[in-house]
Amino acid sequence: MNMVNVKINGMPLSVPADYTILQAAKSAGIDIPTLCYLKDLNEIGACRMCVVEVKGARSLVASCVYPVNEGMEVYTNTPKIIESRKMTLEMLLSVHNKSCLTCKRSQNCELQALCQELGVEDSTSYEGAMPDSTYDDSTLHLVRDNSKCILCRRCVAACANQHVAVIGPNSRGFDTHIGCMFEQPLANVACVSCGQCIVACPTGALTEKDQCADVLAALSDPEKYVVVQTAPSIRATLGECFGMPVGTNVEGKMVAALRRIGFKKVFDTDFGADLTIMEEAHEFLGRVQNGGVLPMITSCSPGWIKFCEHYFPELLPNVSSCKSPQQMTGAMIKSWFAEKEGIDPKNIVVVSIMPCTAKKFEIHRDDMEGAGEGIPDTDIVLTTRELGRLIKLCRIDFTALPDEQFDPAMGESTGAAVIFGSTGGVMEAALRTAADVLEGRSVENIEYKEIRGGAGIKEAVYKIAGMDVKVAVVSGLKNANEVLTKVKNGEADYHFIEIMCCPGGCVNGGGQPIQPSSVRNFTDLRALRAQALYTQDENMPLRKSHENPLIKKAYEEFLGEPGSHKAHELLHTTYVARSRY
Amino acid sequence: MQKRISNLPFSGTPEQEEKLNAIIARHKDEKGAIMPCLQEAQEVYGYLPVEVQTMIARGLGVSLEEVFGVSTFYSQFSLTPKGRYNISVCLGTACYVKGAANVLDAITKNLGIQPEECTPDGMFSLTACRCIGACGLAPVMTVNDEVYGRLVPEEVDGILEKYKNGDA
Repeated sequence: MNMVNVKINGMPLSVPADYTILQAAKSAGIDIPTLCYLKDLNEIGACRMCVVEVKGARSLVASCVYPVNEGMEVYTNTPKIIESRKMTLEMLLSVHNKSCLTCKRSQNCELQALCQELGVEDSTSYEGAMPDSTYDDSTLHLVRDNSKCILCRRCVAACANQHVAVIGPNSRGFDTHIGCMFEQPLANVACVSCGQCIVACPTGALTEKDQCADVLAALSDPEKYVVVQTAPSIRATLGECFGMPVGTNVEGKMVAALRRIGFKKVFDTDFGADLTIMEEAHEFLGRVQNGGVLPMITSCSPGWIKFCEHYFPELLPNVSSCKSPQQMTGAMIKSWFAEKEGIDPKNIVVVSIMPCTAKKFEIHRDDMEGAGEGIPDTDIVLTTRELGRLIKLCRIDFTALPDEQFDPAMGESTGAAVIFGSTGGVMEAALRTAADVLEGRSVENIEYKEIRGGAGIKEAVYKIAGMDVKVAVVSGLKNANEVLTKVKNGEADYHFIEIMCCPGGCVNGGGQPIQPSSVRNFTDLRALRAQALYTQDENMPLRKSHENPLIKKAYEEFLGEPGSHKAHELLHTTYVARSRY
Repeated sequence: MQKRISNLPFSGTPEQEEKLNAIIARHKDEKGAIMPCLQEAQEVYGYLPVEVQTMIARGLGVSLEEVFGVSTFYSQFSLTPKGRYNISVCLGTACYVKGAANVLDAITKNLGIQPEECTPDGMFSLTACRCIGACGLAPVMTVNDEVYGRLVPEEVDGILEKYKNGDA
């Protein structure tokens, strides 16, 4: 590696030649504050928080985009720099809605933290006119409150990185604001509800639509039988809401907390994930054997589904008709479980804990009432962040909780289901089952390592029962756009494609805990969180969906066989073409 | 000030659309094609309604929000159509101190539209402009190329009546 010698605050340092000053300082243990900068996503040097002094330079430079060079002398904490950063903050505060006491991002707000750390004493130094600001709560999944926006453009970059690009800066100067085309509310444009804008936002301008109160209301209704299910990735991220290290698996404490909140049953969406594999693998084999539409594309990710409907409606026949694990679990709770327990499904409230804001949209889609008309598969979706808040609201001492087990009625699952939370997981799980079915034996080699890892597009060919199965695993919609354009133009010949809306899959979903840029820019959150899932998979006795005894029982007692009429009624759904403009 | 957005129905013709398609085709592979497309589209349509911007976004393969962002950044772009008679009231310093704001008020009251809007019948549009170099006549307004100086609000109704009756 090409290295250069620089001095930071007088200290000599050797760093890679392609580093920015920000990276060089970080490697020396100095954290330069940033507001607009997000690594690989938003590198525009606009907010001026990261300014430093470079000997010989005319003025302060933006360290996030300024490359190091041989002999460079950098200062990161001179009075001039501190004054400049403080003034930047004071000017941001002059047009900021400073309702910190009631803001959802309080104590997890980058602007607030910087004001504290830099010792801003006067938040009214530049008081005067305030720009008009919109409050947009038109969608099912988020709220935009522009009175708290600092115009850093991170959300705009996150949206463009998803190839969606429905938000951007409108007007200019004092009137500049982030909005949609022709000032339409977000619900009127082709937003896919992924929530990547929310996790990018440094302040409280973008937040998920909070439904904790709906859950508490349901729990206190004596008529209702309220159960909860948790998605595969939640166990790998929820700990972050309580200050635990990134990648801590808190499955046991999560179950314990949910029980203490008052849910009648704590179920695992992993059960639905195993069920998804049974149905999806069956559908895939059917398409291969009967000349159906290929490549088949997975359907677990509702952000991806909405993207496909808006941007690639011609490929909807390629998308598996399987509902997502959340909806399958919900449908099974309100049919199989309700029947066994003798509960009227109309009185069951299914709450799901998801890494995802698009799930809030998904439950209101058409054809999502498997157990009967007027009986939605899932009633309320909480993101990981909302669950974190709910646990705090209920005054539960999370880190001190014992480890508890899911309720057995829908709590048994396999390693195949656990890895659904990472990009490549669904494909790997499907291949584990498809290989066994096609080969007619229990295949021993079950780790498909070529399709693991953080790359946005992964391809592999697996020989199964004499057939070359060509697969692609894609995460992030920009990558999906690239692969799907090839499929559309007949330039790709895959059999099976896994697509996850969010870069890295659900572990990096739009509903996951928000890490500040100071962490996010220097930590591979996706890899650490995914590792927690792969480790759990490795240590589970059962690692193939079709070996889950509960799944076997579900088919024996209730569903018949994969792809049966009943399975279709309960576990499959339909899609609609939507317009892009 | 944020730009006003027209809510009048779009009345583009096939000929205009053909011209726009040619403009898009000409700029499609250029870097920064949005600006010239918007400029030339405004020459064709007189303004840039959502229908026109959508055609540009689709044609260039960019997001509509990106096109809209550019159209609201530069003051040369208008999102509202011009009427048969475009009224321009000078709000430059001299006109302003001589009471141009009252003249503008009288016009908005008479026509029922705000600056940067067009009447539903397409007859009048209204603009608040900066100095037109006729400070000696302050306050001044123009209707198309006709200049009216030393105005008092009471005269407004009479002037507009002429145009409404086709006497001008």
